[in-house]
Amino acid sequence: MSTEFAIKQSSDAARTQHVPANIRMASLRAIYIIWYRDILRYWRDRWRLGASLAQPLLFLIVFGSGLSSSLKGSTSFGASGGLSYIQFMYPGIIGMAILFTAIFGAMSIVWDREFGFLKEVLVAPIDRSSVAIGKALGGTTQAMIQGLILLVLAPFVGVKLSVLTVLTLIPLAAVLAFGLSSFGVALASTMKSMQGFQVVMNFLMMPMFFLSGALFPLSGLPGWMTVLTRLDPASYGIDPLRRVVLSQSGLPSAVIDKLGLTINGQVLPIMLEAGIMLAFGIVMLAIAVVSFKRRD
Amino acid sequence: MTELETAIQAHGLVKRYGELEAVRGIDLEVQGGEIFGFLGPNGAGKSTTISILCTLLTPTAGTARVAGIDVMQDPAGVRQRIGLVFQDPSLDDQLTGRENLEFHAFIYSVPASIRRRRIDEMLELLQLTERAGSQVRTFSGGMKRRLEIARGMLHEPQILFLDEPTLGLDPQTRQSIWNHLNELRSRKGITIFMTTHYMDEAEYCDRIAIIDRGKIVALGTPDQLKAMVGGDVVTMTSSQPEAAAREITELLGVTPSRQNGTLRMEVADGKAFVPRLVRELIAPVDTVTLRRPSLDDVFVKLTGHAIRDEEAGTKDQMRMMGRAWMGRRR
Repeated sequence: MSTEFAIKQSSDAARTQHVPANIRMASLRAIYIIWYRDILRYWRDRWRLGASLAQPLLFLIVFGSGLSSSLKGSTSFGASGGLSYIQFMYPGIIGMAILFTAIFGAMSIVWDREFGFLKEVLVAPIDRSSVAIGKALGGTTQAMIQGLILLVLAPFVGVKLSVLTVLTLIPLAAVLAFGLSSFGVALASTMKSMQGFQVVMNFLMMPMFFLSGALFPLSGLPGWMTVLTRLDPASYGIDPLRRVVLSQSGLPSAVIDKLGLTINGQVLPIMLEAGIMLAFGIVMLAIAVVSFKRRD
Repeated sequence: MTELETAIQAHGLVKRYGELEAVRGIDLEVQGGEIFGFLGPNGAGKSTTISILCTLLTPTAGTARVAGIDVMQDPAGVRQRIGLVFQDPSLDDQLTGRENLEFHAFIYSVPASIRRRRIDEMLELLQLTERAGSQVRTFSGGMKRRLEIARGMLHEPQILFLDEPTLGLDPQTRQSIWNHLNELRSRKGITIFMTTHYMDEAEYCDRIAIIDRGKIVALGTPDQLKAMVGGDVVTMTSSQPEAAAREITELLGVTPSRQNGTLRMEVADGKAFVPRLVRELIAPVDTVTLRRPSLDDVFVKLTGHAIRDEEAGTKDQMRMMGRAWMGRRR
């Protein structure tokens, strides 16, 4: 009896040869396939791709053109330094595309929950941190692409870009996309239904966008608003984008820096802003991992 | 392919949700290579029990070993050795059939060298090869279910768990799912543990546990269980059911049970009983049926209520179980 059992056990071990010998490899594989699925769906859904470009375009054309002409005489735009409102707004709209895509991308977790696919992922013999990481990276990639695509509009809004600026923008866009995707994943991990999604839209995403300095300079605001804009994590991602995008505009960088994020009148170094964004993303991702790991 | 001697062992499983006791002390043992059916109305605790065995829920009390591994000590080890087909669909319908399987192969660490071959084999076995390249949203309900079974088998589990695998499918599709499950069992030698509330389906199982209100009320082969009902089952309808019931008790010495205007009785010799029933009753006899006992009858006998009675009333409970099964937290 006992020998028979032993034989069964050993042949058993031979049969289940693909029990992951290395848990780290298994997690990396899982992160990869979760990321890959997001990208696959992103490319497959051309309609959504088009629609998500339409919104920034609408903002730029209608909002940008409309306000550009009425702000011509203002001290910030037009009159003072030759920077039109549409040029000021352009990097903000890139930030907007990243913000919306990142959070929508992460929110697909809620869809997966609703339509059942999340179960397939959560019952797999993988570390659940790979689910959070894979999703955050999937959202990061989509948001980055969505934001950087808008760089082709630069000539139309009269912004000059050099190869170096584009190369600098890639990591900055990545950091912003990562911070916001991780934020989205952390939110989605606690959310049980699509209803919560509307709440996130109206009470988090829109305020984050409006307070981020995407649409107006962050200097000379009322005190309460100065505080809120400095608490908005998106501010720390959009400001570096603006400074780099407009760096070839011929304006002294001091003028551009003044339009952006300052703390107590101090201009923050771009590296520090990117670092704050990255740290925010890491903290959010850690929260998401903990939230996914909880089991009934 | 080896068969485990004992595929599943559970002792004293209890799961409480606050006040509600969904599972109230379940003991069972499933042999390797067996098709084991877990039968009961919605809300009886089937899904909760299966969720505990699949390590998706932790029991409030009790222990369970699945594929020889303790569900509490090594949940990932259990999950690697079991396949799961959920009650609700869990496919990505924007991906193709093959992509869904590839995703699964990755997260279950199926080695790259055999990934493709294994996927082809499973597609073939469940007759999905032709449609493998189409997006799942174009699949019929039966095809989706087959794809989920193919997916559950992809990492060569020792035990396949299916929660209501034929729910919502038409009879023909249900039959085909069953043919596939039988073929899987004979080709792969796996153990199948499934829940259902279709009594007729339970007949396909080697052994059945009947569960009601969180407890197992009977366990055995379909024939053993049916033998618990004495002889034949006679049902009749009457426009005066109260009078008919009284007369049956007084004149024929049998106490009928009433369900929605139908009188039902178990008698030793049905063929002789029916003529007497028709002849001796003064109350009108509208219809009479005589049949061999089914598992439905076993259920009625053991629990005092029909399995269908439960369905409407326990919808909320069912949803709750559904959520628990899906791993949602409240």
